[in-house]
Amino acid sequence: MSLHLHTIAQLAEGLRARRFSSVELARACLARIAAHDKPLNAFLTVMEEEALAAARAADAAIAAGRAGPLTGIPLAHKDIFCTAGTRTTCGSRMLDNFVSPYDATVVERWKAAGTVLIGKTNMDEFAMGSSNETSYYGPVRNPWNRDCVPGGSSGGSAAAVAARLVPAASGTDTGGSIRQPAALVGITGLKPTYGRVSRYGMIAFASSLDQAGVLAQTAEDAALLLGAMAGFDPRDSTSVDEPVPDYVAALARPVRGLRIGLLKEFFDEGLEPRNARLVRDALEVFRRLGAETVEVSLPNLPLSVPTYYVVAPAECSSNLSRYDGVRFGYRAENPRDLLDLYKRSRGEGFGPEVKRRIMTGTYVLSAGYYDAYYLKAQKVRQLISEDFRRAFAQVDVLMGPTSPTPAFRIGAKVDDPITMYLNDIYTIGANLAGLPAISVPCGFVDELPVGLQIIGPFFSEARLLNAAHAFQKETQWHSRVPRGYE
Amino acid sequence: MALARAAGVRVMEWETVIGLEVHAQLSTHAKIFSGSPTAFGAAPNTQANLVDLGYPGVLPVLNREAVRMAVKFGLATGASIASRSIFARKNYFYPDLPKGYQISQYERPVVEEGTLDILLEDGSRKTIGITRAHLEEDAGKSLHEGLRSFSGIDLNRAGTPLLEIVSEPDLRSAKEAVAYLKKVHTLVRYLEICDGNMQEGSFRCDANVSVRRAGEAKLGTRAELKNINSFRFVEKAINYEVARQIEVLEGGGRVVQETRLYDPDKDETRSMRSKEEANDYRYFPDPDLLPLAIDAAMIADVRRTLPELPDEKAQRFGRDYGLSAYDAGVLTASREIADYYESVVRGLGKDAKAAGEQLTAPKLAANWVMGELSGALNKAGLEIGVSRISSKRLAGMLARIADSTISGKIAKEVFEAMWSEERDADAIIEARGLKQITDSGAIERAVDECLAANPAQLADYRAGKEKLFGFFVGQVMKATGGKANPAQLNELLKRKLK
Repeated sequence: MSLHLHTIAQLAEGLRARRFSSVELARACLARIAAHDKPLNAFLTVMEEEALAAARAADAAIAAGRAGPLTGIPLAHKDIFCTAGTRTTCGSRMLDNFVSPYDATVVERWKAAGTVLIGKTNMDEFAMGSSNETSYYGPVRNPWNRDCVPGGSSGGSAAAVAARLVPAASGTDTGGSIRQPAALVGITGLKPTYGRVSRYGMIAFASSLDQAGVLAQTAEDAALLLGAMAGFDPRDSTSVDEPVPDYVAALARPVRGLRIGLLKEFFDEGLEPRNARLVRDALEVFRRLGAETVEVSLPNLPLSVPTYYVVAPAECSSNLSRYDGVRFGYRAENPRDLLDLYKRSRGEGFGPEVKRRIMTGTYVLSAGYYDAYYLKAQKVRQLISEDFRRAFAQVDVLMGPTSPTPAFRIGAKVDDPITMYLNDIYTIGANLAGLPAISVPCGFVDELPVGLQIIGPFFSEARLLNAAHAFQKETQWHSRVPRGYE
Repeated sequence: MALARAAGVRVMEWETVIGLEVHAQLSTHAKIFSGSPTAFGAAPNTQANLVDLGYPGVLPVLNREAVRMAVKFGLATGASIASRSIFARKNYFYPDLPKGYQISQYERPVVEEGTLDILLEDGSRKTIGITRAHLEEDAGKSLHEGLRSFSGIDLNRAGTPLLEIVSEPDLRSAKEAVAYLKKVHTLVRYLEICDGNMQEGSFRCDANVSVRRAGEAKLGTRAELKNINSFRFVEKAINYEVARQIEVLEGGGRVVQETRLYDPDKDETRSMRSKEEANDYRYFPDPDLLPLAIDAAMIADVRRTLPELPDEKAQRFGRDYGLSAYDAGVLTASREIADYYESVVRGLGKDAKAAGEQLTAPKLAANWVMGELSGALNKAGLEIGVSRISSKRLAGMLARIADSTISGKIAKEVFEAMWSEERDADAIIEARGLKQITDSGAIERAVDECLAANPAQLADYRAGKEKLFGFFVGQVMKATGGKANPAQLNELLKRKLK
């Protein structure tokens, strides 16, 4: 079997057994990118030199017997994570020229674990989008059907892993941006509990919702990678000082007796019937393994989308104020005066979706509108959290679809933001409540992958990974590779 | 000024209402959210790290030292300390505001409902309410001087912790406003939470000023005065603004809510921006920072670090040293003055009597610290901490007044000498032969010679012109080089003139 079809767990074993070197592995990834990425547009920056240097260092560590479980494993970072010395664009013209002087905590931690950074992946501009069409660098294409979107905003990472250009990649999830693309390209995507992974060095979109996570081929790989990125960081006041369990060790637990809540509100008229059937089939697998399923209702969950589209734009309107053309990033040519500098730098540097959200956010925070929008949204957010809390008093995890439909065609929804926003209807709830959630492949509709979403209570990542792993031992959906990328 | 004088005659009909917003830069070692040093005067942009520069991806982490200082202020003003307060973002664009928002506190500040007492001119006390005191970060500075066709940005100050102290609109005159401002200034320095340096901008003040007809309950429309960063300017700016508003109202006009800038060169306030032009700051809780929790243990811990506060100290000075409220107030205006004064009293011995001067030792010390010493310091532009005459040397000299070695008058000469030389009072008295003549024989001889030399005046005196007593004192003093002991001389003269 070629190297690119290996999971991280398998690659790590091969590296330790010296069947291949980290340099060979890095070269294999670089070759795959060179051969396949042009039509996919998954990578914004490929770091050949740095990757090979890191791989050589990893090989030395392996030879010296200093290798950890991830030493020498090639990975990619979503271009939202700051990487010292390499440009970090966030998918925006605004940061086209931005070279970060420092590493994000996630970058630092994966580096410290001995991984090899191959490159930075494409994304929706400032992570605002559900299809990867808002990137300044052009859309990413879905390896299963290049006329379709890979989902967003972590579309580059998702496509890169699905096409087996790299074994896994980082992503961020503010309103489904890891899980929805993972579902749409048929891989495993984990969004941890808010505060589980440091946000330091991860360019902010909506600070109270943003959370870093992983896109991988399997739950096992996700467990390995989460262990290496999670943990308290004194540089992020919202990161939680909670011990990081051994996620890999927890994978093998049986799921017998697991109480699964079937999210009633998710099986609504918006859900494509064939997707619904695949999700129900997946639940049947869990029942066969001895899990119990009950239907659970979260009455306020349908308010997730409108709530999210008040809270997230409000925070983004403030977070993105720092891009003013003064200290870094895009600056308009020959400004007449200060106001002109601001207006044109921001007008020319940001794309239409980012502007739409900044304007929405500015509006909902304005004097006279704050109570009606922002404050009310915060109250609804509270109600949604309460719904989840009540549900988790009854069940161990909640399950449902990740996305209402399989991947749609590029361009199909770009002119209709509301329809586009509804794509995130099943994923946003976990962000609003700060809960961990994972998407795993559970079948295909019209040759396009469909995802099953599992949501758990705070810090239940081990339980989610355990359930996902049990499912992946029973099914082969996660092992399917798109045609042309085998 | 003509305007202010003109208003003076009508002032009875109008009531002035003032509230002050003081920005005190907290003397923490590091900035409030970034860990950068807070040193003043360094080369531009050398004291700013990525957090201060608002780089993509960076996050604020609260400096607990700043919180302790805010709590200290709250405790010192009898305020309530919020067990949970919220940091909010104040959004506006300005080149010296790197993130496009300032992290401040809005709806739930750390300190609420405190009070400070001020001493009015008539000697009575007035309690001024403190609405709130909240923590926030300072902005950087825009530099225009010496730059052509562009502006410079210095972000060294960006992120420096500020405590914004907002008073109730309890102040009724510019003088009260100044008294309050001085009181806040004294307090923050006592607490060692702010160096109080107004030139460097570490203690700044804005004033909200309005007027209303006497007896009216509703507040008038206010103007916010900026750039009044000295005690003198505060008084002048308020007086100008009050007169302006009265003139507008009496002319049938309306005061508009606006921000006005004080121009000290022209002594006037000018409109900066109206309410309509004001920013909508779109405050909302900062999602990067958790609510600030302060528990009872921390409050108790901070309480233990509270020094003796100015009011307590002034009361003690009144009680222990028999000083008037005014004297006690002046001598406790700063910890340095109070410490100096107490050191002088200790050196002198609190219970010593200044025989010749009919004064208690503490009062004698008070007179000299507030009089000669303070005058000399002012003239030299020095703080008491670097006085050319140490408290020990001053006590040494006062001891010579107390034991009648020198008179108060001679002491002034000794003081001047001490100011310019290193020697102690005793050495100066010795070298210059300033020792008081207490030998009654010597004084008597001088008196006799004086009376013999002035027979006409003697005759007049005896004929009832008793005012000439002073003349004889003067003559004897002149003859003895001012060294005759005044009490002894008086007694002898009275006897001889009979």
